[in-house]
Amino acid sequence: MKKNKAFRIGNISFLIDSKSLLIIFGFTVLIIALMIASLGIGQMQVSPWNVVKAIFGSSTDMDNLVVQSFRMPRILLAVLAGAALAMSGAILQGIIRNPLASPDIIGITAGASAATVAFLAVFSDRSNTLTLSIHWLPLASFIGAVAMGLLVYFLARKNGGIAPIRLVLIGVGLSAAVEALTTMMMLLGPIYTASRANIWITGSLNGTNWTEITTITPWILVLTIILFVFARRLNIQEFGEDLATNAGGNVQKDRFILLFLSTALAGGAVAFAGGIGFVGLMAPHIARRLVGSSFGALLPVSALIGGIIVLLADLVARTAFAPLEVPAGVFTSVIGAPYFIYLLFKSRNK
Amino acid sequence: MMKTNVSKMLGLLVGSLIVICLIWASIVLGLTKVTTQMVMDSFYHFDGSNEHIIIQDTRIPRALIATAVGASLAIAGSIMQGLTNNPLASPGLFGVNAGAGFFVVVGISFFSVTSLNTFTWLAFTGAAISAIIVYVLGSMGRDGLTPIKMTLAGAAMAALFSSLTQGMLTLNERALDQVLFWLAGSVQGRDLEILMNVLPYLIIGWIASFIIGRQINVLSMGEDMAKGLGQRTILVKLFGGVIVVLLAGGAVAIAGPIGFIGMVIPHIARWLVGIDYRWIIPYSGVLGAILLLMADIGARYLIMPAEVPVGVMTAFIGVPFFIYIARRGINE
Repeated sequence: MKKNKAFRIGNISFLIDSKSLLIIFGFTVLIIALMIASLGIGQMQVSPWNVVKAIFGSSTDMDNLVVQSFRMPRILLAVLAGAALAMSGAILQGIIRNPLASPDIIGITAGASAATVAFLAVFSDRSNTLTLSIHWLPLASFIGAVAMGLLVYFLARKNGGIAPIRLVLIGVGLSAAVEALTTMMMLLGPIYTASRANIWITGSLNGTNWTEITTITPWILVLTIILFVFARRLNIQEFGEDLATNAGGNVQKDRFILLFLSTALAGGAVAFAGGIGFVGLMAPHIARRLVGSSFGALLPVSALIGGIIVLLADLVARTAFAPLEVPAGVFTSVIGAPYFIYLLFKSRNK
Repeated sequence: MMKTNVSKMLGLLVGSLIVICLIWASIVLGLTKVTTQMVMDSFYHFDGSNEHIIIQDTRIPRALIATAVGASLAIAGSIMQGLTNNPLASPGLFGVNAGAGFFVVVGISFFSVTSLNTFTWLAFTGAAISAIIVYVLGSMGRDGLTPIKMTLAGAAMAALFSSLTQGMLTLNERALDQVLFWLAGSVQGRDLEILMNVLPYLIIGWIASFIIGRQINVLSMGEDMAKGLGQRTILVKLFGGVIVVLLAGGAVAIAGPIGFIGMVIPHIARWLVGIDYRWIIPYSGVLGAILLLMADIGARYLIMPAEVPVGVMTAFIGVPFFIYIARRGINE
């Protein structure tokens, strides 16, 4: 029996085996089940069946309101942001060829945070009100993420190429500079700005509305499609620079495009959901254990797992200390950092 | 640069004179105008005037703290670089700052700690714990402590501690207000009392660091070579680690996280006096004090009448340097 199936439509080409398809299907079912469960849990409990009815607007008015207006946008954003961060991390791990790379480690998240705090500091007046609509905030943090990504890329470039180690080191160094800038702006600004920025930096999904969902969805969708076109080039990257060049890839150009895609995905997620840490690190790892490292299967499975992680983190964040809300990013870090250390331990002899 | 022992000795002397001049400058310069005469009078004929109070309660502690913290961080950095053979090693990279910040916020949030003295001890503990964890994580495996593993371990610990800190701060805004300034790193608004609490540890660290210079020289030739020459490398590393925790932990406890001094200064010292750690360590101390004093004076003027936290200043000085070293290649 032929294990792998090849998908090829013009430029798009990837291998996927039947086991992976089964896993993708399984996780899709799981994530839908979790979404329905999560929609029902909270200060007002709604039974799963009523949740399903409420999604289609045929439950009681109260159920419809809670499910459709309050919980649904938030849960969708959790899934989308998680998926975007996970794919971003999967790409980075492919390029850098280090299992420990992720958008937070190379400073993309820090860049987005700085831009957000700058936005809050510049556009708020003495009485703590914003002079510009809050809807521009995501744009600011997206610009921050991309600017940081480009800066890291160009500083890490030397003799026309980027060495992965240099990319990581420069990312860590620049993060420190940008974090200093962020702290300074928080200190000089009013306390309202400080606490609002602090919540955002840690990553919170509180107060999401439908406008955000309709803004982020096309964004992530378009990027994902481009990403799948590039999936096979990502496969080549995994072999390392020499082999990839021999195989006929334009390694440096592909690296640039892939890095840009990764930054754009992370930037989009961070713009709406804040700096939810370690998802971009964990999800691709778990996915790799399940389906191996061919990106045709790895990317969708990573995305699904990323969505599940953020969904669960947000569920804990809004229920554990109710009525107080803890940023979901705290929980992903609490799981993610020990996981990172475990990975470091496992790869100690490589 | 400097070849003979005499010129190195002279250089150290000149450096110390510059430190003294900068301490004087740090006392005199600032938003409130102060003359040297007033400084003298505030010691001998204290009259309770605004200027005298500012001199005694603000300017002098600030200048002395900047000196002690700058010197300690730089010495800690040079020992770390010598022990790990990693040109990017520094207290900040080891997650020391984030660990200290985390412990202080836990103290405020859960145990309602208010005394500055307890803050100091919490910061000290956090710094030590974080440094130990990062060292252990970074040196796992057959190839020992590699720069990349250490950097990643430090970044992970920093990310963990700072997100936990931020989580607690969102639940407790009062703590945010109290801690934010400390978290940014500053030598301003600290009592001389805090310095006095920590000073004994710093002094022990300083003295011990002068003794260990010779051993670090041997160790920096490579672990195998050092073992071949009959050195008990484990002991040297352990001893060096204790010094680093004393100096870096103490500095963070006083001033909060002030980054990059520990990374930048040893390089300048090495450029001046070569690879002999018996000279690098004292030069690092003097140069670290000079850098932090200057950064602190600059921090007052940049956005007068407000002040930039000095930790932000040093980050802006240090990051271009960090990138330069990372680009040049860490193994050269």
